Amino acid sequence: MAKAVASKADTAVLPSVERRPALAGRAASGPSVKVEMLPPAQRISLRAPETAIAALSDALGVALPNKPKTSAAMSGRTALWLGPEEWLVIDEAGNDPLADCAKVPLLHSAVGISHRNVAIAVTGAGAAATINAGCPQDLSLDAFPVGAASRTILGKAEIVLLRNGPDDFRVECWRSFSDYVFTFLSEGARDAAV
Amino acid sequence: MLLIRCPYCEEERPELEFRNAGEAHIARSADIAGDSDDDFEKFFFIRSNPKGIIYERWRHIHGCARFFNAVRDTITDKFVMTYKAGEPKPSKLPNNSNDVVAK
Ligand SMILES: [Zn+2]
Repeated sequence: MAKAVASKADTAVLPSVERRPALAGRAASGPSVKVEMLPPAQRISLRAPETAIAALSDALGVALPNKPKTSAAMSGRTALWLGPEEWLVIDEAGNDPLADCAKVPLLHSAVGISHRNVAIAVTGAGAAATINAGCPQDLSLDAFPVGAASRTILGKAEIVLLRNGPDDFRVECWRSFSDYVFTFLSEGARDAAV
Repeated sequence: MLLIRCPYCEEERPELEFRNAGEAHIARSADIAGDSDDDFEKFFFIRSNPKGIIYERWRHIHGCARFFNAVRDTITDKFVMTYKAGEPKPSKLPNNSNDVVAK
């Protein structure tokens, strides 16, 4: 009896240790655009007053941007200005930004949100038109140049938008919104005319 | 779509990113337990609800997420100006509000 319980527990444990990111591997495309799930990344939500910005920038290895709607990137790590004294830091190189911030003794708040968000790449000539299917921001290169980043909305879901290239966007959304956001972008991709 | 200037993002952004947050410049009493029922009622429930210029709190909730203040005309829905939270109520409004309202 006891043996049966133990072996049942063994088989139950194994599958649960395997991480399965939301919508992993999903992709969709339209005539001029591709919508793909991006691999998992490390992320933190960072709040810090003016006095800690220099030290945190040193520790993170990327200068925290101070201008609205901007981002800064260095060695696989990107810091996005979300609001005054608020940043989203994304690390795609496998290094933990939370550990780097912990070395800074000045007042700040760094919260690990790696698994709260997922990221979707929207690429191709119709990328801006695809996102504009549900996002009301002006995505012309004048108003939203390469490197621009902003928290905004897509349909009914909040997203964080980052422009990596003229036709290359990263859409970050909450994991629980990811099915909605991905489907919305797939529909947008089908309609996007260039 | 209405464009609203966020004083923190320093640009006009689409109205869908914003939420109204009620009348601005309503100070909470320092000794709220000592207020009379009449004073508490005025603070808590009574709003000016003018026809014309109103001073409101707005929040750029799907943007920088910050609260700020806005002067808006309730007849035309036009924003006359916006300014950061904590700044005093402007004593003088821009002469030609069409210069600064949402395009
Ligand atoms: Zn803002």
